[in-house]
Amino acid sequence: MKNCKVIIDNKEIIVPEGTTILEAAKKVSVNIPTLCNHPDQKVKANCRICLVQVAPKKLVTACSASVWDGMKVTTHSKLVRDTQRGVLELILANHPQDCLKCIRNGKCELQTLCEMFHISKSNLEDEIDSLEVDESSPALVRDHRKCIKCNRCIEVCQDVQGVGVLSHAHRSTDYCITPAFEKKLMNTLCVFCGQCASICPVGALYEKDDTERVWNALYNENLHVIVQIAPAVRVSIGEEFGFKPGTKVTGKVVAALKRLGFDRVFDTDFTADLTIIEEGNELIHRIKNGGTLPMITSCSPGWINYIEGFNPELLNHLSTCKSPQQMFGALSKTYYAKKINIDPSKIFTVSIMPCTAKKYEAERKEMSSYGYRDVDAVLTTRELARMIKSASIDFADIAGEDFDAPFGITSGAGVIFGATGGVMEAALRTVYEAITGKELEKLDFEDVRGMEGIKEAQVDLDGVSVKVAVVHGLNNAKKVLDMIKEGKCDYGFIEIMCCPGGCIGGGGQPIGSDMKVKEERIKGIYDIDKNMKLRKSHENPAIKQLYEEFLGEPLGKISHKLLHTHYSPRNETLDLDYLEKGYEVAATEQ
Amino acid sequence: MDRTVSIISKNFKKYNIESIDEYLSLGGFKALEKAFDLGPKGIINELNASGLRGRGGAAYPTGKKWEQASRVPGHRKVIICNADEGEPATFKDRYLLQYDPYKVIEGMIIAAITFNANEGYIYIREEYKYLHDKFRRAIQLSKEKGFLGENILNNGFNFDITVFSGAGAYVCGESTALIESMEGKSGRPRLKLNRTSEKGLYQLPTLANNVETLAAVTSILYTGGEEYGKYGTPSSRGTKLISLCGNVNRPGAYEVPFGVTLREIVYDIGGGIKEGKALKFLQLGGASGAIVPPSLLDLKYCYEELGNKGIDIGSGAVLVADETNRVVDFLKSVQDFFLHESCGKCTPCREGNRQITKILNRFVTGEGSVEDLKTIERFSNVMKYASFCGLGKTAPTALLSAIEHFPIEFYQQIHRVRKTS
Repeated sequence: MKNCKVIIDNKEIIVPEGTTILEAAKKVSVNIPTLCNHPDQKVKANCRICLVQVAPKKLVTACSASVWDGMKVTTHSKLVRDTQRGVLELILANHPQDCLKCIRNGKCELQTLCEMFHISKSNLEDEIDSLEVDESSPALVRDHRKCIKCNRCIEVCQDVQGVGVLSHAHRSTDYCITPAFEKKLMNTLCVFCGQCASICPVGALYEKDDTERVWNALYNENLHVIVQIAPAVRVSIGEEFGFKPGTKVTGKVVAALKRLGFDRVFDTDFTADLTIIEEGNELIHRIKNGGTLPMITSCSPGWINYIEGFNPELLNHLSTCKSPQQMFGALSKTYYAKKINIDPSKIFTVSIMPCTAKKYEAERKEMSSYGYRDVDAVLTTRELARMIKSASIDFADIAGEDFDAPFGITSGAGVIFGATGGVMEAALRTVYEAITGKELEKLDFEDVRGMEGIKEAQVDLDGVSVKVAVVHGLNNAKKVLDMIKEGKCDYGFIEIMCCPGGCIGGGGQPIGSDMKVKEERIKGIYDIDKNMKLRKSHENPAIKQLYEEFLGEPLGKISHKLLHTHYSPRNETLDLDYLEKGYEVAATEQ
Repeated sequence: MDRTVSIISKNFKKYNIESIDEYLSLGGFKALEKAFDLGPKGIINELNASGLRGRGGAAYPTGKKWEQASRVPGHRKVIICNADEGEPATFKDRYLLQYDPYKVIEGMIIAAITFNANEGYIYIREEYKYLHDKFRRAIQLSKEKGFLGENILNNGFNFDITVFSGAGAYVCGESTALIESMEGKSGRPRLKLNRTSEKGLYQLPTLANNVETLAAVTSILYTGGEEYGKYGTPSSRGTKLISLCGNVNRPGAYEVPFGVTLREIVYDIGGGIKEGKALKFLQLGGASGAIVPPSLLDLKYCYEELGNKGIDIGSGAVLVADETNRVVDFLKSVQDFFLHESCGKCTPCREGNRQITKILNRFVTGEGSVEDLKTIERFSNVMKYASFCGLGKTAPTALLSAIEHFPIEFYQQIHRVRKTS
């Protein structure tokens, strides 16, 4: 490839042809300010902040313009700075300036730009659109007054997730990002994955905040408040407190949760192990009895929402297992309640999840099959960080503590649920030994790890060769579903995770989840697994005890009632009534 | 003295477009026959010799554009004729569609030969609905005569044209927005990471030209590139269709050689200002064009002389405003147009138009301030330098040129605080 000699701010550099000015400038230590640009996304050049000068009176956007040989770039000429400031003033004039009250205060890319450019005053009058905030769903809030029309959420919703709920409509000052016909999210086929919230540069899309509900539960002396932490949270929440992505802060989170006042702190990894036992047995049962194959995992609620909405005819491929969050909830109101002799109605179960769709899942009507709601409140990683901050806990300094019994004993198989390929790997560790009766020599299934969209592996189960696949990101899921529909799918078992990277890339994770950060978190997850003594779910003694004391056998009667469920087709109009019914159940409980 | 010429407009009102034979009797499709003889290289040579530049507004040399395009490989290629004539005060393409559709069809076939394309689309603005069927009829008649369809004139070349209706958005005159709209997406300009000639409609190699450019190509092959190039000035060669309108006695579409003066256009061709009033200003090139004060009337109508004054020929519109027009009122109508037509995709255009409209309204009602004048000038420049596409870049042109040439009109509208005793 041809090289180009470019001079950026008087510094000469040679870069390959096709390099953008933005990339070239980084090489001479100039970070040109951007807003709509995101390292994992296509170039958009909508916001017009990243202007640079390439000729007298000629500005181009550094994100989209490629260098040419002999190009001279100035990144802060008077024309550049005046114009950039002008663009920023124009954005601000249409943006509510209630930063102190904004959920993204301190983590807002627009705020950072304002700090850089120090816009102390502007001659423009504010022109804020009066638009209604969409709080229709239990998972996500859309405040499009704050939207700066960067189109990042559209790309993630359409291209990455293939859901296509968010799009743009109208023109000029009416131009907005919205579901079709300006429907509220709850009346669309939104899967509530929260990828839009995670990629939004400002506070236009965010998780529904449930921290006050949890605080109130903690203040209520009549309630026994317990909490579970999902695997992916422990390698990401540190980022909120200055730790590098992927840093394992499990002990600190446990300690912080205890300081916050939770009566017991448990680990979702425990029910991840349980999921493996149930799901593994379900798979064996299907293989042996000619059940519907390929069987597809059901732990990712965004994925469940997707298949219910977009491919309901394939629902019988889903494992009937509830997700680990819901299994935990179900056990907390039954097995655990009995064990500590507390009335289940007095138990308030909170879960800390990397996910916004978990909020929706917890409110589903199927998730109270025995008269109590499995999970009472779901907090995302970001919300827990807010609670920790507001309780003045010095997270960086706090000494680690251990999980409580009985749901604190876990295996490495449970931890890796947090990364794409983890459920598959955990399942294979168990299913292999169950079918072959032999001990697995090599526990690491490298083929199913990594960020590739669709991964395949062939597993030999005592002469029976099973082809498995691991998929993350719903657009990839769509490809596999299409294969099933066309009868071209020879997989026996498929793991599908809604979010790219798996749960570590969930929509409730700390802001700034780009590809690099996700890879670090994945590394963190596998590190934890590697260093654990127990690495197979079926060897977890607490799980064995659970079956002995309570469940009896996998896929047994109690399991069936508490740990398994069925999903049903979902459409845009049904949805509201559907959830309203769900809410009624919750209301009568209180 | 009549300064108009008849090269591109030669056939206007000379024949009934319902009859292709009448067109043929006027020398119709002779250029096409010549094009087959010349082949792509020969056609490009003729265009280079003629000095023709794109008539849609950007004025890029057509010969050069077609030469670059002809090198693009691909077995499925597309020709688009841009007849989305949305620029206010511009109607010369309508004349071509209405009075000489075959010339446009002929131009499209010649473009197809050069580009080796087999599919053609003409994107006609929705407001010209009454011309859609007439043009379809002209396509049908051409097909019956063997000028379109398979094996055209026994040359083994296939090409067909489909009429595509716009839906009313001004921005769809911008070729990438036009393509987006043809693909069924909302009409907003695309980020051009590739030339349209490489990846255009459905990512296929696409050659898009304005109606007048294609008609001019037909005329050039008919008369010869050298011959056509003799009109005009040394660097703005050939002729141009202008749309003369406003407070002028004889409005209409006229063909002029480059180099006539603005005064000749207004007073000789247009017959002067209506009711003998004085001229206040001209606007050249449509709503996105500059305001020209009477002091510049002796400028020659050509790319370089106008360009030196920061004025573009643009679409070829010449709007005449008499002394009864207030500049700020006129600017308000221009501004309202852009506020309505901005697609909303990029910040400077969406928010800039909103803010400028608001401030300009204060000048209209006599409530402006010195600060306001500075602010609109500043943000006009932000739009000009930072907007995504030509719409936003040129939307403030009229305003900026008005501030330059008619500052007094703004100062008169500045709110004076009355002193009370």
